[in-house]
Amino acid sequence: MAWETVIGLEVHLQLATRSKIFSGSATNFGAAPNTQANAVDLAMPGMLPVLNEQAVAFAVKFGLGIGAEIGKRSVFDRKNYFYPDLPKGYQISQFEAPIVGRGVFEITLSDGSTRDIGITRAHLEEDAGKSLHEDFHGLSGIDLNRAGTPLLEIVSEPDIRNAEEAVAYLKALHSLVTYLGISDGNMAEGSMRCDINISLRPQGTETLGTRAEIKNVNSFRFVEKAIQHEFDRQADILDDGGTVVQETRLYDAERDETRPMRSKEVANDYRYFPEPDLLPVVIDDAYIENLRKDLPELPVQKRQRFTEAYGLSTYDAGVLADSRALADYFEAVTKRCGDAKIAANWVQVELLGQLNKSELSIGDSPVSADKLGGLIERILDNSISGKIAKQVFEAMWQGEGSADEIIEARGLKQVSDSGELEALVDEVIASSAAQVQQYLEADEGKRKKLVGYFVGQVMKLSKGQANPKMVNELLAKKLV
Amino acid sequence: MAIDRNEIEKIAELARIRIADGQMDDVTERITEILQMVDQLQAVDTGSIEPMANPLDAVQRLRPDVVTEVDRREAFQAIAPAVEDGLYLVPKVID
Repeated sequence: MAWETVIGLEVHLQLATRSKIFSGSATNFGAAPNTQANAVDLAMPGMLPVLNEQAVAFAVKFGLGIGAEIGKRSVFDRKNYFYPDLPKGYQISQFEAPIVGRGVFEITLSDGSTRDIGITRAHLEEDAGKSLHEDFHGLSGIDLNRAGTPLLEIVSEPDIRNAEEAVAYLKALHSLVTYLGISDGNMAEGSMRCDINISLRPQGTETLGTRAEIKNVNSFRFVEKAIQHEFDRQADILDDGGTVVQETRLYDAERDETRPMRSKEVANDYRYFPEPDLLPVVIDDAYIENLRKDLPELPVQKRQRFTEAYGLSTYDAGVLADSRALADYFEAVTKRCGDAKIAANWVQVELLGQLNKSELSIGDSPVSADKLGGLIERILDNSISGKIAKQVFEAMWQGEGSADEIIEARGLKQVSDSGELEALVDEVIASSAAQVQQYLEADEGKRKKLVGYFVGQVMKLSKGQANPKMVNELLAKKLV
Repeated sequence: MAIDRNEIEKIAELARIRIADGQMDDVTERITEILQMVDQLQAVDTGSIEPMANPLDAVQRLRPDVVTEVDRREAFQAIAPAVEDGLYLVPKVID
């Protein structure tokens, strides 16, 4: 049978606060075990949570970023379960009254089409600690540094239909939250983790099938593979006339498979109730408007502006607007050189190419936007050809200075002096009697091809520095 | 509202409370009494009343995002039953 995949995603986003959501402990990644776990985080008797204002502000910013309803009166609840990395025996979360309500999120697919994915809600909660099951003489080691790190759990509607859409959604979400500056979005460090709810139903039907939940997938590629694997698994079961069991599964990247994690019926009875240690969080319109005022231009708006103001293609605008740092870089290059299309091309091809090769992010680029703009200026005013410019770029990458300094030091300036060029052209013509003969005997159509030989020779003689346009003009004049 | 022995067992398991077999009937009876009181409360018409998250007529005070805690791992681990390499050791639990 032809099956349709129905996917809903829950994303756990670590918010980029300096301190924890309910305590004044630091949230730095990679600190020595338990050095950032204090009385509140350890659930010492009598400790009380106090809510971090920045976490609230970040959550509201996210809500504004997706045009969602903001919960003006949100309530924290206890989600009860026992696990050693959760010392209180409950996680403080939000259940009935989350801080962010319904919203819509637009994603762009590889063919350029867009789709709206509904956001059901987003709520604040605290992260748990980490359990290490390596060899501690049959015991487990617990690191509570992460316990109490603020999380925003973003829950989507089951609007996603395949792995490509899921990845596009996550990438767009990643782009949004880093634009907003509410998370570093570092997936390798667990700042963005994803639970995938996936079920199948016969193509063309509306009723939802039984779903499996795949927990804690932490890279775009794994999300794609986990969905593909889970589709195959469920389709096999259903095709054989079986039924899918509702359960939590884990994706094992090494074996590229999902497998059951824990039995659902006991584990999932969380017995939520309002957290008596925290009062309802009430925020007013002035607070919300104040945050709205400070929202940066968001990825969708930026893409649109790039196509309209600079005449870029949707694809180019999408690549350049993907991160705020890259977009800012591109705009700085454009401002310096005045030509957005050439700037877009250089940033995407040469700069991103080099950055990828060196595994650097845009913030670490050894070539500043101003320097790259300066290089493009020299192409635009015909001081150097595009080919020479690549050499200059290489040299800038190696830290040899600005474009002008490198052009000067290496003597790369394009030869546009007609006297000098004429001499070069004459020299080539004089030493190419056979080719000249051939050229003169050829018809108009063939001549166009044959002239390339002479241009090539002149360029070679000038070490690539001859102005190609002028060389062509001179040859047309001389080859008669 | 009545509650049966199976439900008591399930709740006890969720709460990690061990109830001895001999106490089961007694516990079931006493919880049933509490639930009868809840039934009485349930009879009140609360249709027009907003659910209360907290009995205090107050809203949550927020704290600025400042790190105020210093590392006191040594003091905390001095009173822990077992530690190693800075980690708290607990009986092994694996999903």
